[in-house]
Amino acid sequence: MTERRTMTINMGPQHPSTHGVLRLVLELDGEIIVRCTPHIGYLHTGMEKIAESKRYQQVIPITDRMDYLAPLSNNLAYVLAVEKLLGIEVPPRAQVIRVMLTELTRIGSHLVWLGTHAIDIGAMSVFLYAFREREAILDMYEQVSGARMMSSYFRVGGLFADLPEGFEQTVRSFIASFPDRLAEYEDLLTRNPIWIERTRGVGVIKPEDAVDLGLSGPSLRACGVAWDIRKSNPYSGYDQFHFEMSRGSHGDVYDRYLCRIFEMRQSVAIVRQALERLPAGPVVVADPKLIPPPKPMIKQSMEALIHHFLLWSAGFTVPAGEVYQSIESPRGEYGVYLVSDGSNKPYRVHFRAPSFVNLQALPRMVEGRLVADLVAIIGSIDIVLGEVDR
Amino acid sequence: MDHVKEAEENLTVSKLRERFPEATFSTRSFRNETTFLVRSGDIIRICRYLKEDPGLLYDFLSDLTAVDRFGDHPRFEVVYHLYSLQYKWRLRLKVHVEEGEATPSVTSVWGAADWHEREVFDMFGIRFEGHHDLRRILMPEEWEGFPLRKDYPVQASPKWWEEETTGD
Repeated sequence: MTERRTMTINMGPQHPSTHGVLRLVLELDGEIIVRCTPHIGYLHTGMEKIAESKRYQQVIPITDRMDYLAPLSNNLAYVLAVEKLLGIEVPPRAQVIRVMLTELTRIGSHLVWLGTHAIDIGAMSVFLYAFREREAILDMYEQVSGARMMSSYFRVGGLFADLPEGFEQTVRSFIASFPDRLAEYEDLLTRNPIWIERTRGVGVIKPEDAVDLGLSGPSLRACGVAWDIRKSNPYSGYDQFHFEMSRGSHGDVYDRYLCRIFEMRQSVAIVRQALERLPAGPVVVADPKLIPPPKPMIKQSMEALIHHFLLWSAGFTVPAGEVYQSIESPRGEYGVYLVSDGSNKPYRVHFRAPSFVNLQALPRMVEGRLVADLVAIIGSIDIVLGEVDR
Repeated sequence: MDHVKEAEENLTVSKLRERFPEATFSTRSFRNETTFLVRSGDIIRICRYLKEDPGLLYDFLSDLTAVDRFGDHPRFEVVYHLYSLQYKWRLRLKVHVEEGEATPSVTSVWGAADWHEREVFDMFGIRFEGHHDLRRILMPEEWEGFPLRKDYPVQASPKWWEEETTGD
């Protein structure tokens, strides 16, 4: 009898499926994974530390860079937390625009997930199509904010600017064509025998384990746990929109795939409702201590000049206290814990990043599976390393 | 809406006071959010009760982090954000920890606490007793200092790098 020994190998950080900055130490018995230990921290950017030295409004571009696939979701969570500390609510038009753009962001983020997940498993064409559609969403970012990726469009107290002329038409034509495109991707994958073989019954996690590990978003809902923050603790007026919560039952890679596809359809429905009800009116709160005056005003009014100067040099102060605000980001519960000491800079900001928490469940999903399954499972958790390491 | 919320909080408060008459804790409410300050010795008992009581069911540990109140004693606050999937309530627990002291790990209550506690250890240097694998998670193993402490500079580089560039 020969002695049975295991072998330890590194998967990543160079392996394409590990996004370049995640290292998985695998203990293998042949092709079977006996133990998986994730190592993170290659990207650690110290954003929570940097945020402590910035004024409240200056933190917004930092939040963009965490989950770079869903920058507007991060913006939203952060500005909602500051607004909660201030005790203010933004005007209805700003609310609806925020909802519309974060749902477009959800579609854009899920498209990147779909494309890369498919390419990890070996389906090339979906990747090309998904990125074509994402381009349309990036074009919308560019129209509203001037930037294609790190848009920083939301501000404490409202929006950076109102929607540009013709924007509604752009969105309308996108949501008119998108469901058909989505159906094409589904034709390529949903009933594809190879896809099913590679994903069904793979990376199963039980609902009680998922809750114990703090899994959230589509990864949690795929296990059959019905929890969506947009429904359970609505923010930004989500309670006025009609949509359904995605729900799976097996908690495997295939169900997570179906959940996200379903969510994209629901996002289209929310965007459509937002377009229908988009009210007229201002997009920022009428508070000169918070929102700088319009540029032409500065030349006419001394008062406006002073407010402008103060906001750009010292920012605004926020009452002392602490809040926790979470939103349903494309990856799950994105929470911002904000502590204020009453000054113009946050005393402490902590970002509860869903990717960080979801990645923790990886060892439980892969142990006992084949190395090839690991690639499918990483893709199905939909991690963004910028958010894992922060 | 607000008075409903208050009633829920009072339920948690009264249940806790009833169950743990000997444990001392204070509550504070700000912007409709309740914060419980508990002694670190009680944290595991209280967490387990909050998680398992059928009237509360705080089964989801949303977040665990810390705040450095530099200059105050005790210096650190460890902050727990709990969520009840069934009742849709949120609750914040807080524990004070002095520099150099340890606090019990809640990994036995929620598996999710594992990486969160490692991160707090890595960034603040707070040790969690009973954590099975308390290692640095974001910084390299050999890193000195705890970056999120208030007395740690925003711009800092590892020692070997400083030595190489200054030629010492």
